[in-house]
Amino acid sequence: MQAFGSGAMTNSIGDITQSKAILAIGTNTTEQHPVLSLQIKKAVRKFGAQLIVADPRRIELTDFAILHLQHKAGTDLALLNGLAYVILQENLYDAGFVAARTENFELWRATVEEYPPERVSAITGVPIDDLVRAARIYGSNHPASIFYAMGITQHTVGHQNVLAVANLAMLTGNMGVPGGGVNPLRGQNNVQGACDMGGLPNVYPGYQSVADDAIREKFTAYHGTGQPPAKAGLTITEMMTAAHDGRVRAMYIMGENPAMSDPNSLHIHECLEKLEFLVVQDIFPNETTEFADVVLPAAAFAEKEGTFTNTERRVQLIRRAFDPPGSTRPDWQILSELARRLGAKGFDYESPSQIMDEIAEVTPIYGGIHHTRLEGDGLQWPCPTPEHPGTPILHVGKFSRGLGHFSPVHHQEAVEMPDTEYPYMLTTGRILQHWHTGTMTRRVSGLNFIAPEERVEINPSDAEKLGIADGDWIRVVSRRGSVTARARVFDRPRPGLVFMTFHFAEALSNVLTNNVVDPVSKIPEYKVCAVKVEKAEGA
Amino acid sequence: MVAVLKPEHIVRTTCPYCGVGCQMDLHIKEHMVYRVSAPYEAPTNHGNLCVKGRFGHEFLWHPDRLKTPLIRRNGWLEEATWDEALDTITAKFAAIKAESGPDAFAFFASAKCTNEENYVMQTLARQVIGTHNIDHCARL
Repeated sequence: MQAFGSGAMTNSIGDITQSKAILAIGTNTTEQHPVLSLQIKKAVRKFGAQLIVADPRRIELTDFAILHLQHKAGTDLALLNGLAYVILQENLYDAGFVAARTENFELWRATVEEYPPERVSAITGVPIDDLVRAARIYGSNHPASIFYAMGITQHTVGHQNVLAVANLAMLTGNMGVPGGGVNPLRGQNNVQGACDMGGLPNVYPGYQSVADDAIREKFTAYHGTGQPPAKAGLTITEMMTAAHDGRVRAMYIMGENPAMSDPNSLHIHECLEKLEFLVVQDIFPNETTEFADVVLPAAAFAEKEGTFTNTERRVQLIRRAFDPPGSTRPDWQILSELARRLGAKGFDYESPSQIMDEIAEVTPIYGGIHHTRLEGDGLQWPCPTPEHPGTPILHVGKFSRGLGHFSPVHHQEAVEMPDTEYPYMLTTGRILQHWHTGTMTRRVSGLNFIAPEERVEINPSDAEKLGIADGDWIRVVSRRGSVTARARVFDRPRPGLVFMTFHFAEALSNVLTNNVVDPVSKIPEYKVCAVKVEKAEGA
Repeated sequence: MVAVLKPEHIVRTTCPYCGVGCQMDLHIKEHMVYRVSAPYEAPTNHGNLCVKGRFGHEFLWHPDRLKTPLIRRNGWLEEATWDEALDTITAKFAAIKAESGPDAFAFFASAKCTNEENYVMQTLARQVIGTHNIDHCARL
């Protein structure tokens, strides 16, 4: 990450209760990271931390908050800059930290001058008094931590949002201290690990750049046949476009369901259709296997060994409880076998433990991580040597990149804003009982009993205007498609906002979402698109 | 009298759902998980689990599980052996690489799979095929 030099939760779950103030923005923590939210609740109830929740919806966490900033979806940047403005104005910032550990402060400060409370209030819909109060709470309680999730990143300005969060934490000297930090909550169980392991087009494992000749040579020495270029590869969104115009002919998908999880699904279906050869490796048939030429059956988490890395960079073991059913095999075995058949050397792994030993050799941040050391509490990276105890808090005394960098960032509207034809804003997310595209949880009877179907959340004032009652069938229409589902009328979303999940294939919100992406992070703008809502007659 | 199930064994593992990484103990009897508990000493979850971690593992035995490789023949996915499936992939990959080069390939790593599996996949993409076209759903 360009502000500090690495992109992960800077602090640990264990030090949340040391925070005096917590800002939770764009994270529905009680539903998405339920057990971590218990620590936030404990910090508030038992240790008196002051919690500020910034979210366009009145999520459960607001019940524990001293203040709820219910800003309009897609106005996070203005809100964050507005908080910085007040902190600077009232001299609540940590001048010593700023002078000793950061750069570019004066230049950044000049840009924040453009965000006085009056303007910010007009953009975000947050009352001026609340804005000032929030800035005072975050600015004058030390240590203070910030938590965020996809509510911040799934916008065309997602990477600027993250920088704005980092600016705020540096301004108040909340980096490198217990109870402080910038804490992105990672969604999937091993999204942190998949990034760490180089499941990204621009970096090898451990965030080692593909542009670095020495790094490329190091990896080529291990498994030698391919000679990848010095230029980064394609992101998912770009792969799909490349499949559409024939530049990508073959695709290999392991444990993902892009036909359902990616924005503008109907377009994704066309892309998958055009592929000459598609291999899908998964535990269940899903919307994506429909397009596959070969399907490979994989073992599930309880049928194999290995490690997951959690949101606080903790590498932990999974253990085999059952034999893989039928002729299914663990993914690592399937991939190694394929590599051997393609003539590659060095894929004779006998166990995941042996693979981790190789990872440790080529990945400095995992240099001291071996399965034998992970019994008990696991280890938090960076863990460079076999004796290293792991790192609970990043950036203590010094940032990974040296000095922390203040980055000027400016408010801009979402690409698709409500207009007369599509007057409502749609935002998407998940609920407690289901997981992502539902491949797993929709096959658990108890969870389906509690949450059997999609319910579109709509504010009572909007429902009344449209003549919609709770439980009515409604149609949600965007420029890309239309979905029919039942309404849940209550005051959780702010007026003008409707909310849907992406758990239910029969009412799939990603038919509606916009596939425009942040130009830097390439994250699609799931959190904002324009829709119209109408009662569905006779559905 | 109520029969009390005693576990044949207990397996400590990491929850497969969100990024918190809760530690959990699967209590196993007759090839089924009949109870899930959480260790109090785990730094991630201190004995707690959410509804998914506690009750969300039935999918492991769902009849829909893929149990054998499938190959599309005449428009339909039909059961095949591992040899047939892997041979099909090897032949097709070799032909496409020879005709169009490594960048005609794209790989999806997975935020649901282990570190070791993601490592092997990126090695396959970069060092065997020779492309950096690898990504996963971190952005989604």
